[in-house]
Amino acid sequence: MARADGSALSTPADDGPPVAESARRAVEAVWRIESARIVGALARFTGDFALAEDVAQEALAEALVTWSRDGAPASPVGWLLATARRRAIDAFRRRAARDERYALLAGRLGEGEAVTGGSAPPDGPDELPWDPDRVDDDVLALMFVACHPVLSPEARVALTLRVVGGLSSEEIARAFLVPVPTVQARITRAKKTIAAAGVPFELPPADERRERLGGVLSVLYVVFTEGSTATSGDALLRPDLAYEAIRLARTLAALLPDEPEVFGLLALCELTAARFPARTGPDGEPVLLEDQDRRRWDRSAIRRGLAALGRTATLGRGLGPYGLQASIAACHASAPSVAETDWERIVLLYEALGRVAPSPVVELNRAVAVAMAGEPEQALAQVDELLVAGRLAGSHLLPSVRGELLVRLGRPAEARSELELAARLCRNERERSVLLRKAAALG
Amino acid sequence: MAKYMLIMRGTDETMAKMMETPFEQMLETVGRFNDELIKAGVLVAAEGLDDPSQGVVVDFSGDTPVVTDGPYGETKELFGGYYIIDVASKEEAVEWAKRLPAMVGSKCEVRRVPAIDEFPQDNEWVIKERAWREQTGQL
Repeated sequence: MARADGSALSTPADDGPPVAESARRAVEAVWRIESARIVGALARFTGDFALAEDVAQEALAEALVTWSRDGAPASPVGWLLATARRRAIDAFRRRAARDERYALLAGRLGEGEAVTGGSAPPDGPDELPWDPDRVDDDVLALMFVACHPVLSPEARVALTLRVVGGLSSEEIARAFLVPVPTVQARITRAKKTIAAAGVPFELPPADERRERLGGVLSVLYVVFTEGSTATSGDALLRPDLAYEAIRLARTLAALLPDEPEVFGLLALCELTAARFPARTGPDGEPVLLEDQDRRRWDRSAIRRGLAALGRTATLGRGLGPYGLQASIAACHASAPSVAETDWERIVLLYEALGRVAPSPVVELNRAVAVAMAGEPEQALAQVDELLVAGRLAGSHLLPSVRGELLVRLGRPAEARSELELAARLCRNERERSVLLRKAAALG
Repeated sequence: MAKYMLIMRGTDETMAKMMETPFEQMLETVGRFNDELIKAGVLVAAEGLDDPSQGVVVDFSGDTPVVTDGPYGETKELFGGYYIIDVASKEEAVEWAKRLPAMVGSKCEVRRVPAIDEFPQDNEWVIKERAWREQTGQL
């Protein structure tokens, strides 16, 4: 099957102007804006998510070829919709031999074509045989299906970025440092799983809604986290990936304005991203919170983050795990320096977070906050409890925090070996070099 | 990702046509477009300007500024308002610009907005402006 990732188009020929390249970028831009609506509307109409995604991708692949040859059409959106619809009709007709239901669907989908005068692309989505007033529900349903619990976590991420975010497999592969075929295989398998499990294309029923929404939020959180602290590779930040998560969180917030945790996640993302400009130095090296030039923090992102956090308070249902993390980020965002940060409040927030969403990473962060609030010995005891319990074994986080605490407690020899251990375990090259530098400084 | 400003430029004809459009209808048309931007997660800021004939032009051609009442220049490219959007690429900014509910005959200029961290952080004026932004929550 044709795929939109056609790498042949991404490198223009030496002897010609980079027409293909500019056409590709134009197609990508339209697709980012329209993919969710196109796939969502097709999926609802056909009741077949996999087919909808397939025909949408075929339309996209066709656009890449046609637009780079003939230039972009007057109405790129109409062109994509008309092409996707034609592909869907073809697919239905092929299947009609096996199942009469498809003949009916092909007929219904074909009606819109008669209205708009055959092959001429319609001027806009209004002329399609689907209801534009249902776009919001279609996009939401698409998010819930892409983040469905029957899928593996990697598949949820890939599918969400592709069908909701409108990214190509190539872009997703680049963002997660995996080969393109891996991403394609994940998406293909995910579509098969959805079909095999009979996942309907609809909003989850009321009794499943809260849990399913949690699933959607956790996918966005994973995407954001990978962008804000890359787990591997030589760059500390991948702002473009973090930006995709923020954009999707904003969409979700616009579609579900009464869900506190959606705004909690949005606030967390905005407040964390606000620090990006200060988190890396001129050569991409990480700059620790205490050394960051807070003047470089993005004030408009902080303002948006605090507004989103304010929305969770307005909804009056208390803070969930994302709201609590956002509140912690807000403490940092509002503080003029590390010393003037309200560490006691941060300790309280981490304690609350540890109760609603227990995790060793939260415990570790709480220990750091306890140390910053002036109790480094108590903090070390808490870290040692984690160590004894064997939690976070194999992660560089525990020895790196332990090393820092030992430095503060004036035990340089032990601190050094902890930091060296952390460096050996760390997979991000930038972070590793910081750890080694700290260890070396201890003599 | 970057911020882009969509600069709306009308003519006196498009301005006149806009004045004829029922206010409710205009609110709905613009509102629908704004809603699209919000749901796509890209809208940062937007403002529209008042009637250009109520404006004042300060001309610096001579030694001292000359002030005249009324619209700017030949009214072929009247600045009518702007959007600031946060998008992945210039192409995406252009794609949104193409969707503006603009009157026939008007134009839209698409320009990148540099972030404040692209300026030298130790410059005293940059520091001052930054402090003002922090205190007032301005963009």
